Amino acid sequence: MTILLFGITKDIVGSPTLSVPTSSVTGRKIPKTVKELKQFLGETYPELNKLSSLAVAVNNTYAEDNETINSYDEIALIPPVSGG
Amino acid sequence: MSSRYIRQTSLKDFGPDRQSKLFEAKVLVVGLGGLGLPVLQYLNAMGVGTLGLMDQDVVELHNLQRQVLYAEKDLGRLKLDVVHEKLKAQNSQTTFKLHDTFLTKENALGVIKEYDLVVDATDNFPTRYLINDSCVILNKPFIYGALHSFEGHVSVFNHQGGPTYRCLYPEMPNAEEIPNCNENGVLGVIPGIIGTLQALEAVKVLTGIGEVLSGKLLLYDGLNQQLSKINFKTNSTNKKITQLQDFYEPVDCDIVPSVSAKTFQSIRESNKVFTLIDVRTNEEFKENHLDEAINIPLSSLDAIEKHIDSNKEVYIICQSGKRSELALKQLRTVHPDLTFYHILGGMNKMMTVCP
Repeated sequence: MTILLFGITKDIVGSPTLSVPTSSVTGRKIPKTVKELKQFLGETYPELNKLSSLAVAVNNTYAEDNETINSYDEIALIPPVSGG
Repeated sequence: MSSRYIRQTSLKDFGPDRQSKLFEAKVLVVGLGGLGLPVLQYLNAMGVGTLGLMDQDVVELHNLQRQVLYAEKDLGRLKLDVVHEKLKAQNSQTTFKLHDTFLTKENALGVIKEYDLVVDATDNFPTRYLINDSCVILNKPFIYGALHSFEGHVSVFNHQGGPTYRCLYPEMPNAEEIPNCNENGVLGVIPGIIGTLQALEAVKVLTGIGEVLSGKLLLYDGLNQQLSKINFKTNSTNKKITQLQDFYEPVDCDIVPSVSAKTFQSIRESNKVFTLIDVRTNEEFKENHLDEAINIPLSSLDAIEKHIDSNKEVYIICQSGKRSELALKQLRTVHPDLTFYHILGGMNKMMTVCP
């Protein structure tokens, strides 16, 4: 699944997009919900865990933590931004 | 008037009726920076009848890269005065209301209730949440715009029962999470784009044309010219705000209002009435001080009571700028109704700019 990164998440990951494997050969748990995805990404990029406020969109719609995600979904991480 | 706006009144889907709606409208723009300026220039050009301007900063050199209404000769002047001057020249038919203040918990509801629409053109989270909560309480729509390096956000919140800022971001982020706006930077043209989009949404809300960005967050990425729209819904809890929070602490960009020594010197040379408090020790004060300064050492700040009144801005100075910042943080919690600034670089810097 493809993850589009905005704002500070782009800076943390160092790239505008991120690909998350949808089948695991290493036995690592594949995220099935928004919450699991956040945890999954937080393991690789611990800086993401510091974001208490982070909107996630699944297929261009705001998604709550318990929302399920599938391999073909397009996901976006949208942290708040404050500049003006 | 008839020919002035003819290029838009001749539009079949705009027409003279919509033009009258613009003329009757009262719009408050909070923040006269990168976002606020394009919003104001277009709303003023297009004939919005009443524009409220709110800011208390002065024009600084590092503003010029993106705040394109300001010129080099405006450096050190109050943004409010410069913008007022230029907008008056641009459209003499507009009524301008000047708010020489920042938006605070104390003044927010009183100011915003006088307007039909608010434009959030601020640069910090506390003010954004304050605008959101005030607009929810007063049932006013507001146009949101925000920036991060090469990206921008635009949305219309609290419009005809639609979702609010808190429906996207329920709680204010902590200080450490999102980079300070001063540290992070923004490419000069990005606020021009985002602010212009905000102006367009304002016109749509005021006149009822098109499809307003309500329940939709527009994400603009300038590096690849990509626009995305994220749909989101109202969380009814966020519509039930009935009073402001006790605190909208500046978590991001900890805002300790300050002026440079140079700016303060120009304030001294103007006719502006102010109070200057020197928070150094009596000994230091005896060594040297500015003529108008009143000595109230940091350790006995309570003595400030009899020297201040709410009509005058209070400037605080020390030797290098550290104690004055500390003093300001203490004083503003005790006297939220007063406006405090501390002088960057303190007496050290002042000595270099005083004739």
